[in-house]
Amino acid sequence: MDMLNSSLKEHAAFIREKKVSSKEMVSYYLERIEKYDKKLNAFITLNESVFQEAEEYDNRVAKNDDLPPFAGVPIALKDNMVTKGLLTTCASRILSNFIPPYDATIVEDLKKAGFLILGKLNMDEFAMGSSCETSYFKKTVNPYNTNYVPGGSSGGSAAAVAARLVPAALGSDTGGSIRQPASLCNIVGMKPTYGRVSRFGLVAFASSLDQIGPMTKNVSDSVELLKIIGRYDPKDTTSYKTEPFKYSNIFSNGIKGVKIGLPKEYFGVGMSDDVKKAMEKSIKFFADNGAEIVDISMPHTDYAVAVYYIIATAEASSNLARYDGVKYGYRAKSSDLEEMYCFTRSEGFGTEVKRRIMLGTYVLSSGYYDAYYLKAQKVRTLIKKDFIEAFKKVDFILTPTSPTTAFRLGEKSNDPLQMYLSDIYTISLNLFGGAGISIPCGFDSKGLPIGLQILGNYFDEDRLLSVAEFFENSNPFYRELPQNYK
Amino acid sequence: MGEKITDKDVKYIAKLSKLNLQDDEIGKFADELSNILKYIEKLNELDTSEVEPTSHVLDISNVTREDIHCRFITQEDALKNAPEEGYNHFKVPRIIE
Repeated sequence: MDMLNSSLKEHAAFIREKKVSSKEMVSYYLERIEKYDKKLNAFITLNESVFQEAEEYDNRVAKNDDLPPFAGVPIALKDNMVTKGLLTTCASRILSNFIPPYDATIVEDLKKAGFLILGKLNMDEFAMGSSCETSYFKKTVNPYNTNYVPGGSSGGSAAAVAARLVPAALGSDTGGSIRQPASLCNIVGMKPTYGRVSRFGLVAFASSLDQIGPMTKNVSDSVELLKIIGRYDPKDTTSYKTEPFKYSNIFSNGIKGVKIGLPKEYFGVGMSDDVKKAMEKSIKFFADNGAEIVDISMPHTDYAVAVYYIIATAEASSNLARYDGVKYGYRAKSSDLEEMYCFTRSEGFGTEVKRRIMLGTYVLSSGYYDAYYLKAQKVRTLIKKDFIEAFKKVDFILTPTSPTTAFRLGEKSNDPLQMYLSDIYTISLNLFGGAGISIPCGFDSKGLPIGLQILGNYFDEDRLLSVAEFFENSNPFYRELPQNYK
Repeated sequence: MGEKITDKDVKYIAKLSKLNLQDDEIGKFADELSNILKYIEKLNELDTSEVEPTSHVLDISNVTREDIHCRFITQEDALKNAPEEGYNHFKVPRIIE
């Protein structure tokens, strides 16, 4: 039994067919965590009651009870999804003692499907970052080379899945926070359409952009997870009333005639030679299989980072106003209420979070609202129209996920703007709101992974995942595990 | 747009943000925010006088539900994370002398 290379469905079958107990499976992954996570720093918290939960499933297996589809299979979550009774920190000091009194909708859904929550994964503080370096607790490193970042903000999720410390994880994507770390760590990361997956119980960063999605070793595992979490949730007023996600694998017999757009704005300066070569090979694969490759233009691409850093910080400054030391979380000592608020926030938030709260407050402040925030919302409309126009001509858009492979720890942490620009290929999709996926497509000369990004229209996940699976079947780069974690 | 952020601006924004910055942070934030705003200025290259703003990408608006009372969590659970509590309420420093 090869757990490292097995899919989620196979994991579930191992337990159901009594090849392994849920308890043994959990132990197997906890031993890997024990062995490797001192170096990788992917986990913030482990669920101490996971053995007990595993035992309950084992008893039910023994009795041949009816079981949910993934009974007893462990999974882990980025630490910004609230879990009842289990510490949820957002990798911030201000939530360092927060034990949620309820489960996020996605957590309820995963539990209902039989999954066990193994633990909570490291991230950039409040998901603000592209390298996992702004976490209050620890810096996660890249399993393919531990001198390099795993990407961010869902860096803990990416590193843990890549090093097989857990069979699968969930992340959240506000400007690329699922796709970019997936790309840097050789796993599959998927951002569903805005409104596809409930945000109820996801700690808010930028509410008009945030979306939860799967981070898995291969495409079929992402499909399985999206089947579970991809549904309308009345508890989230931005959840979209639509049929639950279903998968028909429409391209299983080929992609002949599928139109794939290459936006010229994405293939300009800044893309490393290795990434470019891997892209050319991937494009050739699609062309050789009968897809029609179409050159397109998305003229407002160059403005996306600027728009994003106005809208995301404005929404964040509002969302993070709730951290005042009154109802939960860290509280600084003071006998004066106003001073208590200020000290709590100053001691509780890290530098990047403060920087973004300040920027967001500034662009919303009196006299600057029209010049910055309203302007950004208007340019967002133009970026959205670029996508709408593009999807009139093509089925999918193909780009690299990141202009370069992983960068060194510390390389960009002193230059916020350079860090922001590392999300240049992923940010536009969040402004548009559509679905996107990053899948492994090769390695650079240093052995660092390269990710291919495929972008799709609103609620087009069924076709998007299928075209990704078609690529993956002939290009199974995900099977190349990091050298020291086999 | 295009103004450089001064130390005075930073102090004012910090006050609005309820943040208490150290002296060395003020100068650093002034420089960094100025740089970021300078980058953001590129949006001025675009004429957006005829463009509607996007605040939300999907066609959903005014989502309401039936006004039915339902208990989400108990008072006891709600208070479990309170930094300080008293008489079954959240406790804060005295605000009325």
